[in-house]
Amino acid sequence: MSTTTPASGAAPALGRQDIAHLARLARLAVTDEELDRFAGQLGAVLDAVAQVQRADVGDVAPTTHAVPLTNVLRADVATPCLPRDAVLAAAPAAEDGRFRVPRILGEEE
Amino acid sequence: MSEPLVEFDDVLTRYEPVIGLETHVELGTESKMFCGCTTAFGAEPNTQTCPVCLGLPGSLPVANAAAVESTIRIGLALGCRIASWSRFARKNYFYPDIPKGFQTSQYDEPLCTAGHLDVEVDGETYRVEIERVHLEEDTGKNLHVGGATGRIHGAEYSLVDFNRAGIPLVEIVTRPVAGAGAKAPEVARAYVTELREIIQTLGASDVRMEQGSLRCDVNTSLAPVGSLEWGTRTETKNVNSLRSVERAVRYEMRRQAAVLDAGGRIVQETRHFHEDTGSTSPGRSKEEATDYRYFPEPDLVPLAPDAEWVEKLAAGLPELPAARRARLREEWGLSATEMAWLVNAGALGVVEGTVAAGASPADARKWWLGELARRANDAGVELTALPVTPRQVAELSALVAEGTVNDQLARQALDGVLAGEGDPRAVVESRGLAVLGESDELVAAVDVAIAGAPDVVAKVQGGKVQALGALVGAVMKATRGKADAATVRRMLEERVLGS
Repeated sequence: MSTTTPASGAAPALGRQDIAHLARLARLAVTDEELDRFAGQLGAVLDAVAQVQRADVGDVAPTTHAVPLTNVLRADVATPCLPRDAVLAAAPAAEDGRFRVPRILGEEE
Repeated sequence: MSEPLVEFDDVLTRYEPVIGLETHVELGTESKMFCGCTTAFGAEPNTQTCPVCLGLPGSLPVANAAAVESTIRIGLALGCRIASWSRFARKNYFYPDIPKGFQTSQYDEPLCTAGHLDVEVDGETYRVEIERVHLEEDTGKNLHVGGATGRIHGAEYSLVDFNRAGIPLVEIVTRPVAGAGAKAPEVARAYVTELREIIQTLGASDVRMEQGSLRCDVNTSLAPVGSLEWGTRTETKNVNSLRSVERAVRYEMRRQAAVLDAGGRIVQETRHFHEDTGSTSPGRSKEEATDYRYFPEPDLVPLAPDAEWVEKLAAGLPELPAARRARLREEWGLSATEMAWLVNAGALGVVEGTVAAGASPADARKWWLGELARRANDAGVELTALPVTPRQVAELSALVAEGTVNDQLARQALDGVLAGEGDPRAVVESRGLAVLGESDELVAAVDVAIAGAPDVVAKVQGGKVQALGALVGAVMKATRGKADAATVRRMLEERVLGS
């Protein structure tokens, strides 16, 4: 993303280009009209979230977890898998025991 | 699609190559990286999945301890610094072979950093710096249907098998390697060869390139000789053999030189290597910078290997290939060149096994680099893929040494072993391959040969002793090679010359 979070705590401004980029990454077809609407809406969401940046966290170490846990590991032991019929039953389309997906365009492997 | 190429030697008069390698290794764990699904190769499609590796809502991953340990061990073997704090990250992108919409990988906090691997090419040592070793998960496999067979272009649709999705994958990334000049392609190959051997020695993976458990992306760029700046690099994928690693670098050097010579510029792109032509073609375009929106994986807690754990893993490392080669070279009294032949032929392990089973180092080398290398070559397989064990080769060698068979019969016994008829001694027995002593059968054959060639006998008796060879040949033929030539010659001399 081209936007960066300003240190001041204000929400970053999202332009139409940012929305278009995000939409492309999310594989969403967004119309021109929607670009404007979503830019405004997402901006409001970011503003709301930006409030947390006003908190003084000077003496708090950055973390991605609320619980100070590390090295949660499992032993390397094989456990039963799902039956294939059940797995494929959840797919919109299947063929020859595989998930069938629309043709993949624009990229090679 | 033939592109202009510059002769390899000409490339080097004007440009300096810089290479870099990204190697992916599927770890040989029992279960997947974040779930308990089995990792066995070759199962029916989609029979090895569960809610975690399919990315079903509500499922939670838990990291595989053995995979973490294998990654640390690989890092240690490459002289890396093992991070005391490391995290998984989500690499977000959409592709049908990743069920979750992201790959669980590592980003700015990999498990291992700053290592190196020394490789030897033509007696020169090149140091390849390792940037990082990190742990991630493999993707599923796509099968493209319609259009040209198996090709994504023109395919009508694709079929996805998620058995491989979630298998632990270690990525080993080198720093750019400059200064190898004309040897760059060979250095690339030597690096992957040595890396593969190290990982095999660690028992961390079966590292089979043809099955995709070791995959390599090769980065190549050229800079004008004397330039301080490196050129734009291309990343070549689909490099599926050690030989291809070398060929891919060579081809890219020649292609890029032609582009630069013509005043063009190299486009940063992914290219695909084609095994059949040895060429590369443009793949995924990178005109739009990839944006993976990495962020720390909230479902997995950080890895924090403490010193005690790392030291324990370090203490448990096996003898690494370079140390082993040095030791065996010393034990067998080989020159550096002889050792290099053995290593390049992929025969080190089997020769070591054959020596351990009782053969002399010289005999073991003779068998594996001679007859067996020829058989492997004829069959188009790796030496070690021949259906014969070092112990059987040692037995064969012993049969020759004790005089039970001669070289020719030993080769016939080998035929039997390779055909699955059992151990050499059993094959000699069942095929009746033991050399004939001075048996009635041999005496009769000698008498027949003498009676059948009075002219030769006359010549020999007249002083032309070398004419005896014709009689030896006749006896060998009559006994279908089962006689010992020296014995036959002695028996003939006794009878014809009366000595």
